[in-house]
Amino acid sequence: MDALLQQVFAGLATGGIYASVALALVMIYQATHHLNFAQGEMAMFSTYLAWSMINAGFGYWAAFFLTVSLSFVLGVVIERVIIRPVENAPVLSVVVVFIGLLVILNSVTGWIYTYTIKTFPSPFPTAPLFGNKFVSSHQIGAIGITLVVLLLLFSFFRFTPLGLAMRAAAQNPVSAKLVGIRVGWMLALGWGLAAAIGSIAGMMVAPIVFLDPNMMGGILLYAFAAALVGGVDSPGGAVFGGFLVGVLENVLGAFVIGNELKLAVALVLIIGVLVVKPSGFFGKVNVSRV
Amino acid sequence: MALLDVKNLHAAYGTTRVLHGIDFSLEEGSITALLGANGAGKTTTLRALCGMVDTQGEVSFAGSRIDGKATEDVVRLGIAHVPDGRGTFVNLSTEENLRLGAYVRKDRKGVEEDFERIYGYFPRLKERRHQQAGTLSGGEQQMLAVSRALMLRPRLLLLDEPSFGLAPLIVREIFEIMRTINRKEKTSILLVEQNAAMALDLASRAYVVETGRVVLSGSAEEIKQDEAVRRSYLGY
Amino acid sequence: MSRNKLIFLVVLVLVACALPFLVSNYRVFQFTLVLVYAIALLGLNLLTGYNGQISLGHGAFYAIGAYTAAILMDKFGFPYWATLPIAGAVCLVVGFLFGLPALRLEGIYLALATFALGVSMPQLLKYHHLEKWTGGVQGIVITKPDAPFGLPLNPDQWLYFFTLVVMLLMFLFAWNLLRGRIGRALIAIRDHHVAAEAMGVNTSIYKSLTFGVSALYTGIAGALGAIAVQFVAPDSFNIFLSIVFLVGIVIGGLASIPGAIYGAIFIQFIPNIADELSKAAPWAIFGIFMIGFVYAMPFGINGAIRMLLARFGRKAQTGGPGSTITESSLKTKEASQ
Repeated sequence: MDALLQQVFAGLATGGIYASVALALVMIYQATHHLNFAQGEMAMFSTYLAWSMINAGFGYWAAFFLTVSLSFVLGVVIERVIIRPVENAPVLSVVVVFIGLLVILNSVTGWIYTYTIKTFPSPFPTAPLFGNKFVSSHQIGAIGITLVVLLLLFSFFRFTPLGLAMRAAAQNPVSAKLVGIRVGWMLALGWGLAAAIGSIAGMMVAPIVFLDPNMMGGILLYAFAAALVGGVDSPGGAVFGGFLVGVLENVLGAFVIGNELKLAVALVLIIGVLVVKPSGFFGKVNVSRV
Repeated sequence: MALLDVKNLHAAYGTTRVLHGIDFSLEEGSITALLGANGAGKTTTLRALCGMVDTQGEVSFAGSRIDGKATEDVVRLGIAHVPDGRGTFVNLSTEENLRLGAYVRKDRKGVEEDFERIYGYFPRLKERRHQQAGTLSGGEQQMLAVSRALMLRPRLLLLDEPSFGLAPLIVREIFEIMRTINRKEKTSILLVEQNAAMALDLASRAYVVETGRVVLSGSAEEIKQDEAVRRSYLGY
Repeated sequence: MSRNKLIFLVVLVLVACALPFLVSNYRVFQFTLVLVYAIALLGLNLLTGYNGQISLGHGAFYAIGAYTAAILMDKFGFPYWATLPIAGAVCLVVGFLFGLPALRLEGIYLALATFALGVSMPQLLKYHHLEKWTGGVQGIVITKPDAPFGLPLNPDQWLYFFTLVVMLLMFLFAWNLLRGRIGRALIAIRDHHVAAEAMGVNTSIYKSLTFGVSALYTGIAGALGAIAVQFVAPDSFNIFLSIVFLVGIVIGGLASIPGAIYGAIFIQFIPNIADELSKAAPWAIFGIFMIGFVYAMPFGINGAIRMLLARFGRKAQTGGPGSTITESSLKTKEASQ
């Protein structure tokens, strides 16, 4: 029983990471209807920025907030400079641009920082909270931060005029322009937000998996899965999906099939979910009109 | 001086040219109608005014040129466009749709007052304000589209086929409200319609558009009397 | 097919036949891989370009084809040519079966399902219960076939010609398939599946069959690739292979048969060029190439060539002042290739 609880908690902790990357994916999807394949590498790059700052003598939280703001700006710039020229290109061409961005970020980071694995500090105490034996303070902290981010995002979209404008721009760009919304900038803003969220995810995952240019590869896959299982247009669903995938991965890996095939089986399960519920648990079912 | 003055306006979708030098003008406070058959270029004219298609030619609004301006900037000058197909934000609530109409306005208090003003014209929208806009009926969505445009407190309202696909009673209701808004709030209206009879009742001035050109213009009364218009557009 | 096109094709095939005698053996090997990739890309293009189903996991079918060929040759002593139809058949069945449940999924959801397939494949190939067949992490080494009938060709040249013939047959088959009733059905499903269904196209059968045929193409390519490389191992079939395939069809040109060849040339040679340009960060250069190609040719190389030909044709008809423009646009075409 203890062993099971341990795995569930560990799953929730990694799930929190998947959830925040998934959240970033859903953000860009909502704003642009594209799934950003470069999301993981953007987060990884941001984490390296944070690492440089901490190494240069910044305090953790100073580096944290600076990285989040810098990532936001970077996200906006990437949209304006790289994505904007292909705004009207076919979907798959845009996907190729994302893939290009992915390999560029990965390669450039490896070039600047080398592929040597680095440690990354956690802002949370090393002693487990309340002396529990299941879950480290960092894991609890990471889950907490994910939930805070979700709450902030929800409030932003639900209650601010800018949030409303972003939703409107994503849904109906033509009408959005007709009420005066600068749709292009809304897309850029969506990218900025997603990059900022991604950077938080990166900084939360780095203490666990260590820092290297390929650290987000596996995470991105699970985050995709989480986003789709939850429903790609639902931020809450993405977070739920993240936790679900995290727990499934750990519990299945430990007790059912062993670590060798856990990736494969977790993914088979996810496909199973999608076949039964093709729009995910919380996604909108699109009725096709003729 | 006219509020809106259009001179030799050309427009094209890609390589397909649709407008071949349209000329017309609209007096401040008036209702002016553009009439014509399907494909004559009426909708394209409205789009051209808002910078939604590539154009050549001159468009002046309140004395300054607006041709070549981006749609978002045209809106900020006080031109509200009710597009064909209504342009509803289907996944947002009725109230959110209306709030978006006032997106560029800075006077918060005025916006809150305008909600009541508009719910006064269209009580049905008030009943449905928390409902997802996509679930409204066609007539209600048309009312919503007009209301969204009115939330801008526009100087000029562009209406693209407000009667399209609606029951005659609802069309009459919407046209009556347009008349009221024009009289009470001095909002100028440029109306594009296929239903020429109703449009000519509402408008003071009208232009007949055929294959991208204005072929006839005059007061609504004159146009009504025109033999060719009667035969082709009014059907008697 | 017009006469001009036919002449052009014949010239192309003649050039392809002369190629192995003009370049080094290593280059011949590289061009063999171009042909192999062209078959794989054509398979993916049938599914994604013509039928509108996105696959991010076609590397898995390539892997299945490769392993089928390798295991048959290594464990059962099959001759290399006999492994191709079997590899194709295995992939047809696997693809069809995978296509059945995947049918319910559309767009990005299907992309994820296929992505999962692509990611899991190396793990499956390494799985210890399958090790006695797959050779586990070590993979399987196979030998390159010699030219038969005493033909005066070295093994690289022979394999090139063998692959060329297979490729031409597969392209001919695809061309025949696509220009008729089946091709129209595939495109109808892509463009409006509800309308296609209403017109009496059995969309579910067509979609899973397309999946199967697409996998068959990619599987045969995989088998040929294994024979050419003389080696299969799980990590050569990682998810990146699938992604590169997708990049290949987009850059070559979606829903076009020649696009598969352009794409194959891109994915075979651009990484080499990138490597020469920068030893430090070759992938960054590759990424820049990808983005650059999409900027310059949003509809792929095939789309760009078509546009140029259309312009050329129009100018040629009117003649006169347009001719200078035509020359300069031809130069851009050369520059971009």
